[in-house]
Amino acid sequence: MSGDAKISRRGFLIRGAAAGGAAVLGGCDQLSQSPAFRDLLYKAESLTKNVQRLVLSERSLAREYSEADLSKHFKANGSTGVADPAYQAMAKTGFGDYRLTIDGLVERPTSLSLEELRRLPARTQITRHDCVEGWSAIGKWTGAQMTPLLQSVGLKPEARYLVFHCADKLGTTSNYYESIDLIDAFHPQTILAYDMNGAPLSVPHGAPLRLRVERQLGYKHAKYVQRIEVVSNFMMIQGGRGGFWEDRGYEWYAGI
Amino acid sequence: MVASATVPQPEIVYRHSLAVRLTHWVNALCLLVLLMSGLQIFNAHPTLYFGSISEPDRAVLSLDAVERSDGSYAGVTTVGGLSFDTTGVLGLSQGPSGRIEARGFPQWITLPSYRDLATGRRWHFFFAWLLVFNGLAYLAYSFLSGHVRRDLSPSRDEIRHIGHSISEHARLRFPKGDEAKRYNVLQKLAYLAVIFGLLPLVFLTGLTMSPAMDAAFPFLLDVFGGRQSARTIHFLCAFALTLFFLVHIVMVILSGAFNNIRSMITGRYAIEPEEPRP
Repeated sequence: MSGDAKISRRGFLIRGAAAGGAAVLGGCDQLSQSPAFRDLLYKAESLTKNVQRLVLSERSLAREYSEADLSKHFKANGSTGVADPAYQAMAKTGFGDYRLTIDGLVERPTSLSLEELRRLPARTQITRHDCVEGWSAIGKWTGAQMTPLLQSVGLKPEARYLVFHCADKLGTTSNYYESIDLIDAFHPQTILAYDMNGAPLSVPHGAPLRLRVERQLGYKHAKYVQRIEVVSNFMMIQGGRGGFWEDRGYEWYAGI
Repeated sequence: MVASATVPQPEIVYRHSLAVRLTHWVNALCLLVLLMSGLQIFNAHPTLYFGSISEPDRAVLSLDAVERSDGSYAGVTTVGGLSFDTTGVLGLSQGPSGRIEARGFPQWITLPSYRDLATGRRWHFFFAWLLVFNGLAYLAYSFLSGHVRRDLSPSRDEIRHIGHSISEHARLRFPKGDEAKRYNVLQKLAYLAVIFGLLPLVFLTGLTMSPAMDAAFPFLLDVFGGRQSARTIHFLCAFALTLFFLVHIVMVILSGAFNNIRSMITGRYAIEPEEPRP
């Protein structure tokens, strides 16, 4: 009898500990989904962003590597193609009909062909691409520098952000989009890349044009860029948080 | 009943200051959340490398789900070229929905339990800030109050007799009397290694994974040998901190769970009188 009692008491304790552990874990999952608690966790974001901006001079560069450091295989992540028939037709002709639109709060709204983009002041950089998932790859990027391009279209005084509208949908009904502010827009390493590793950008890597904003994580580097809209804020665009992944809980300033 | 009159009563001392007790519990909460949310983040790419980039041939640790020849799936852990079947725990385990899924660490140790990198990062960075503020408060208090010098720095004498202390601990004989009023030399060294070694290292390797911090402080990449090396060291630090935590809990229990936990809550600690020598 006493043996049985001991076993059941031990069983009770083990079950109790398991239930207690499950309650704590379940509680953490509930907290993770509670809007009030998420608001609290999200409060760290502006502190993180402001401290990064504080220690990061506007001119400090992401490290540039040598040809010998290039990744043998550079993973193509997110969308690796575009379903839109108009895009596919363009891809077939080597993007001869492609035009990048620049509009919004600019003095001279513009649209540029790939040839015109290639004639703009360019920069080549070998940089490390850091994915939010944790992996890194090194690639060589050549593209139009953003600063002279923005100077040529002229920003209106209320311009604060560039919004990059993309052709891909990444498994949803809404198009991919991203945004950066003027500090990153005017950074010397911010380019609209049309070449990768010395060849025209491939479709999996965002042909014909992708953003490189080297001091931030991979999801900021919008692929398949069709239009750059200059805005004073992005609250009315899609989910209102300034990007496809930002609308799904990721940080707008992706410095870490 | 008669004997109780002759047994010397334990002396109650005030062992932990309020600042130490508060920062201890905040630290414990932060490290637990950081470990579990960190494993959620790790699960987004459950492979570690050395160097700048993630070249598959330079992986040092990998938790994968692979298909067996009979069509079923297995969790496989690969460390330095050696593979182990870890089905159910690492690489492949039952997710919160009840379905078997490919996941590095199992759902009972990640935060959230279900796969959600964005929320894991929110938890991680919020509690990383809390850990930093708590750590700074602790360091300020500890240096200004003399806690480091008085309680944590081992004396030359203690270092000389460290062998004796190790053998006493190995036999689970813990100090009594006046000796029990201080941290033991092994305790001191363990705490110093965590406070001035592991925690600064986990903080710096965390920063080295940030492309923005790498642009601000490029030397971080040189110190740790690249972003992927930093990620691996960050993971090893978390592993070492977990080991410290487990040994810490075992020592708390073996050397008097109630007395130890009470002293970390109220500050009061009972000193067992030294046994009279025969």
